[in-house]
Amino acid sequence: MNFKKLLVLFCFLAAGLMPMAQASAQPAPDVLVREVTNEVLEIVRADRAIQAGDSQRVIALVHAKVLPHFDFRRMTMLAVGRDWRDASAEQQGQLTEAFRTLLVRTYSNALTQYRDQTIDFKPTRFGEADKRVQVRTEVRQSGAQPIGIDYMLEKSDAGWKVFDVIVAGVSLVTNYRGSFTQEIRSGGIDGLIKSLEVKNRSLEAEQKPS
Amino acid sequence: MNALTITCSAARRPLAVAALSALLLGGCATANNAKDPLEGYNRAMFSFNEQVDKVVVKPAAQAYEFVLPNFVRTGVGNFIGNLEDPWIGINNLLQGKAADALSDLMRFAFNSTFGLLGVIDIATPMGLPKHDEDLGQTLGSWGVGEGAYVVLPFFGPRTVRDSVALPADFMGQNPVRIDHVPTRNSYTALRVTHQRSTFLGAERTVDEATIDKYAYTRDFYLEQRRYKVSDGNVAREYEDFEARLGPALGEEVDMAAEAAVGRLELSGIGSGQIAAAMQTGK
Repeated sequence: MNFKKLLVLFCFLAAGLMPMAQASAQPAPDVLVREVTNEVLEIVRADRAIQAGDSQRVIALVHAKVLPHFDFRRMTMLAVGRDWRDASAEQQGQLTEAFRTLLVRTYSNALTQYRDQTIDFKPTRFGEADKRVQVRTEVRQSGAQPIGIDYMLEKSDAGWKVFDVIVAGVSLVTNYRGSFTQEIRSGGIDGLIKSLEVKNRSLEAEQKPS
Repeated sequence: MNALTITCSAARRPLAVAALSALLLGGCATANNAKDPLEGYNRAMFSFNEQVDKVVVKPAAQAYEFVLPNFVRTGVGNFIGNLEDPWIGINNLLQGKAADALSDLMRFAFNSTFGLLGVIDIATPMGLPKHDEDLGQTLGSWGVGEGAYVVLPFFGPRTVRDSVALPADFMGQNPVRIDHVPTRNSYTALRVTHQRSTFLGAERTVDEATIDKYAYTRDFYLEQRRYKVSDGNVAREYEDFEARLGPALGEEVDMAAEAAVGRLELSGIGSGQIAAAMQTGK
């Protein structure tokens, strides 16, 4: 075997290993949550327009920094429950899209109310083989009991993705299941899609810059 | 004094009577949802409470938040919270958590004295954290079932169990007997206003985030109570509704497309690497 052949072989090997090396270089779930939270809050703290309630601006921020780390398909499936199985691929896509729009809009707005709270990141223990990790944080504000915000993350090929957020002991995802199920009972899956889209449009109309 | 006698003496109070009559009224409502048998009545009471909130409580809370600086509101919150700590401690004791109960009583002792009647919470930085306990949670930890979900007038979401505990909780959280009626009423108004003001931010989010505020509030309340009763030890189940049936046809195409793109990228990286390595190798 001549040197050039060996070199080519080595390159193929390296190319094959590259994605794996990338995967292990992806930040651990607790590091990811901390870095994203700190980065976003730092921007909010410095941005007067966001503090004044500029929806477009904060939604853009969330799209750029937060969204890539969420698995909205998984979240929507958990919010819908077993009716998810009866939804066609197209309906599943529409549900995911509408639910994502709703969550992004409402929680982006919640971000505009962020002021002087401090976030404590609790130590997270997990093994190398774990596919699912809960990262605990606590929001502290003077004069009030701290509020726990926990992030559930699952390992995917594209790194760790958040699929549930638990605020004060309540899953903000599965908490939708009761009302979603009722909506599906009365109007079918298309009825739920429609309700979500109507809600999104009314929120959008409210937040149009005047 | 045990919890039962408190309940009995409290039953004579008008608020408790209102709560009980709401329960009885609720019993007559028609059942169409197994998880929420009183839904018809509950929805009506929920919109009544929303109306009261919109007209009276929320404007008061907004004015309160607007007028008073943050440190004053913090002091008010600490003062109210301090008076609740003995009751929290008693409930921790009833639940067999002696260390937590002791911590609550020490909180009360330090904050009532060095903390200037509770206005400054010096106990938290001392390593005595504030707990969240009430008689409803104590009953739950003893194995008393929660019963149906019920929306009480003015008090809002409860379970039957928490409604039964409410008169005692109400008394326990107001341990100081104020005989001067206007003072007592003012203090109650302040408590309600302050507590409401702490929800002003979250409430907007709930308004925006839900397609059915009643159902969302109900499920939130029930899940949070279960979380508190178990002191946070709830098992969370995350089902996978896709795994069992396998991907639908449309998805299969998507997945194939995604895989193809992935391969393209991979070979792109691969050839780039080779080219680079060849050049450096020369």
